[in-house]
Amino acid sequence: MILWKMIFKNAFRHKLRTTLTVLAVAVAILAFGLLRTVISTWYAGVEASSATRLITRNSVSLIFSLPLSYYNKIRQADHVEMVSYGSWFGGIYISEENFFANFAVEAQTYLELHPEYVIPEDQRHDFLRDRRGFIAGRQLAERFGWEIGDIVTLQGTIYPGNWEFQLAAVYRGRDESVDENQFFFHWEYLNETLEETNPAMADQVGFYLVGVTDPDLAAQVAEEIDAMFENSPAATITETEESFVLGFISMTEAIIQVIRVVSFVVIAIILAVVANTMAMTTRERTGEYAVLKTLGYSGIQIMLLIMGEALVISLSGALLGIVLTYPAASGFRQALKAFFPTFSVQPGTILLDLGIGMLVGIAASLIPARQAVRIRIAEGLRRIG
Amino acid sequence: MAVPLSYSIRSLLTRRLTTVLTAGGMALVVFVFAAVLMLAEGLEKTLVQTGSSDNLLILRKGATSEVDSAIELDRAAAIESLPGIAADDLGRPLLAKEVVVLITMDKKGGGSSNVTVRGIDRQSLALRPQVNIVRGRMPRFGVREMLVGQSLVRRFQGLDIGSTLSGTLEDWRVVGVMDAGNTAFNSEIWADAEQVMQSFRREAYSLVIFRLEEDAPLDEIATIVENDPRLILQAMIESNFYREQSEMMARFLRVLGITLTVIFSLGAVIGAMITMYSAVANRTGEIGTLRALGFRRRAILLSFLAESLFLGLAGGCAGLFFASFMQFITISTLNFQSFSELAFRFTLTPVILIQSLVFALVMGFIGGVLPAFRASRMQIVDALRTS
Repeated sequence: MILWKMIFKNAFRHKLRTTLTVLAVAVAILAFGLLRTVISTWYAGVEASSATRLITRNSVSLIFSLPLSYYNKIRQADHVEMVSYGSWFGGIYISEENFFANFAVEAQTYLELHPEYVIPEDQRHDFLRDRRGFIAGRQLAERFGWEIGDIVTLQGTIYPGNWEFQLAAVYRGRDESVDENQFFFHWEYLNETLEETNPAMADQVGFYLVGVTDPDLAAQVAEEIDAMFENSPAATITETEESFVLGFISMTEAIIQVIRVVSFVVIAIILAVVANTMAMTTRERTGEYAVLKTLGYSGIQIMLLIMGEALVISLSGALLGIVLTYPAASGFRQALKAFFPTFSVQPGTILLDLGIGMLVGIAASLIPARQAVRIRIAEGLRRIG
Repeated sequence: MAVPLSYSIRSLLTRRLTTVLTAGGMALVVFVFAAVLMLAEGLEKTLVQTGSSDNLLILRKGATSEVDSAIELDRAAAIESLPGIAADDLGRPLLAKEVVVLITMDKKGGGSSNVTVRGIDRQSLALRPQVNIVRGRMPRFGVREMLVGQSLVRRFQGLDIGSTLSGTLEDWRVVGVMDAGNTAFNSEIWADAEQVMQSFRREAYSLVIFRLEEDAPLDEIATIVENDPRLILQAMIESNFYREQSEMMARFLRVLGITLTVIFSLGAVIGAMITMYSAVANRTGEIGTLRALGFRRRAILLSFLAESLFLGLAGGCAGLFFASFMQFITISTLNFQSFSELAFRFTLTPVILIQSLVFALVMGFIGGVLPAFRASRMQIVDALRTS
C-alpha cells in the first residue's frame, strides 16, 4: 500500500517534468494510432468487398479488355445469378488533382449487384432512364458541390475527347465501409460514342462482375468461367472481389511497409524521452533510495518503485493519447475524405496503444532501476543531487 | 561578454546518458525526416533521368501516361515527315515508334504487380543511351525475344536468361538483361514492337519519339503537332513527361513524411525541453555564480540556448549518419501515375542534408528557448542561495 502511495507521489513530485513527459507520450501514441489507422484504412476496401461477387478480367493485365460477347456465355454458367460489366474510364475532372474513380457500367445490373449503394427510388429511376446521366457518391458530390441536374464534363484519357454527363442520382453507403467517392455512368453511352468515333474500341469491356448464388461456390464458379475462355484470344482471370482488392493493395505494399516501420520509430523516440526522464529522476533521488535501503526496503521493492513510477507516467500519456486519437481521426477524415473513404480507429489499435504504453514504461525504467538497486548505501548517502 | 561555448559543450558531456537519450530522440525524428525526403527525391530523380531533354515525345492528346495513349499507324507515319528530326551517322532518322502495354507478373516474394512491356523500334536503343546490355544480347527483330531490366530480374519470377513466360505469352523468351542505371527503363521489358503488337492484338502505337536536331524549331514543331486536326496529338520533351509522371507520388510521399515528422518532432522537442529545464534547475548555483562574475542575462540565455542547439545538432548529425546508409536500399512499388512497377533508390542530396540539419536545429531551439529564458531571469541572490 505504502509503495503504491509512494509511486504516485513520486510521479507527480516534479510537476513540470512529469506533465511534459506525459504530453510527449500522448503525442507519440496519437501519432502511432493514426498511422495504424492509415494502414487499416488501406485495407478498408477488402472489408467492403462482397463474398458473392466475382470479378472477371483479362489475364494479361487490367489494361486489356474483354469482348462483350463473353456476357452471354458467363450468364449461362452454373450458379451464376447475375452478370454486370463495365470499364475503367479514367476521366479527369478539370485537372488531375481532382482525381476520383470513374467507371462506365451496365447500370441496371451493376446497381442490383451492389445493394450497399443506397439510392432514393426516384433518383435511381431517373438515372436508369437518362442515357447521359451519372450517379455519384455522396462525398464526391459534396466535394465538388454537385446538385442533381448539374452538367459535369470529364476529359478522357483512355477515351479521347470531352464527355458530358448530367448528375441524375447520388448514392449513400449502407455502412461506413462503402466508398462514397465513385462516379458511374452508362456503358451504353460510352459504347455508342465509340462505335462512331473509334470502332476498334467498341464492344469491349474492362471487367465482368459476376454475382453467384452461394458464396461457398465462388471458387468453383471462378474456375468454370476461366475454363470457358482458356483457349480463346482473350483468356480470363476470375477471382473474388476480396482477392482482387488484395491484389491491388499488394502492388503498393512497399509504401505500407514504410508506414509500418515509421510507426515503430515514433515508439523508439518516446522510449528515449521517458527513459531520460526516469534517468534524471533516479539520479536526483539516489540519496533517497539509500535511505529506503537503510530502512530495510529490498532492491526489488526499489526497482518496483521506479518501474511503477515510469508506468504511471507512460500509461497516463497513453490514455491521453488514446482519448485524443478519436477527435484527431475525425479531423483527419474531414481533411482527407477524398482519398480515404473511411477512417475509423480499430479496437485493436487501442489495445496496441495500451500495450506499448506498458512496454515503454517498463523498458524506460530498466537501466535507471538497475543503477538504483546496485548502489551501496554509504555511497548513495554521500552523493548529493 | 559571452559565456564560452565550451561551457555548454562540457555541460552536455557531464551528463552523458541524458544527452544521448535526448539527442537520440531527435536523431530518430531527423532520420525519418531525411529518409522520406530521400525517398521522394529518389523517385523524382529516377523518372527525371529516364527522359532526355533532347528527345521529343508524342502521345495522343489527353493521354496522361504512355499506356493510355494510342497513335494509329497512318498518324505515326505522318509524324515522320515533321521538321527537326535528327539523323544518325548513317543518315537514318533517330525516330522510334513504340508500343507500351502492361502485363501482370508474379513477384518473387509473393503477390503480383504490373510490369511495363515496351515494344521497341530499331532506333529505340540509340535514343536511350542510358540503356546498356549487361548480359545476353539484344532481342532480334521479327522474333519473340525480350530484353529485361535489372530491377525486374531481381524482383520478379522467371525472368532469367533463357526462360520463357507462361500464360498468354507462352512463346516469349528472355535473351538479355539491361542495366539502365537509376531510370524507369530498369523496371521494363523491351521487345520488338511488331511482335508485341501482334501478341497483344494492338493495332496502334502508343508513342512516337525522336531526337531533336540542334536548334530545332521546338515551338513550331509543337504547334504543327497540336494544331493538325487529323493528328489529335500532343508533343512534349521526354524529360518533362517523366518529371510529371513522378509528381503525384512524390508529393504524396513528401506530404506524408513532413506531416509525420512534424508530429514526431513534438515528442523530441518536449524531450529536449525536459532535459534543458532540468539542466537549468540543477545548475541554479552555477548560474548565480556566473551572474556574480559579471556575465549578463543575455549571455546566460545564449549559453543555454547554445547547449540546446548543440543537442539538436548532435541529434541531426546522428540521424543523417544513419539515413545516409539508406542510400543502399532500393524500393520497388507501383507508381500511381503510370500504374506500373518502378524501382527507385533513397537519394541523399545536399539540399536534404541542409534541410535536415536546419530541422534538427529548430527542434533544439524550440526545446531550449523557454528553459534558457528561465535561466536568464534568475536573481543573483536567490540563485546563489539555493545551492
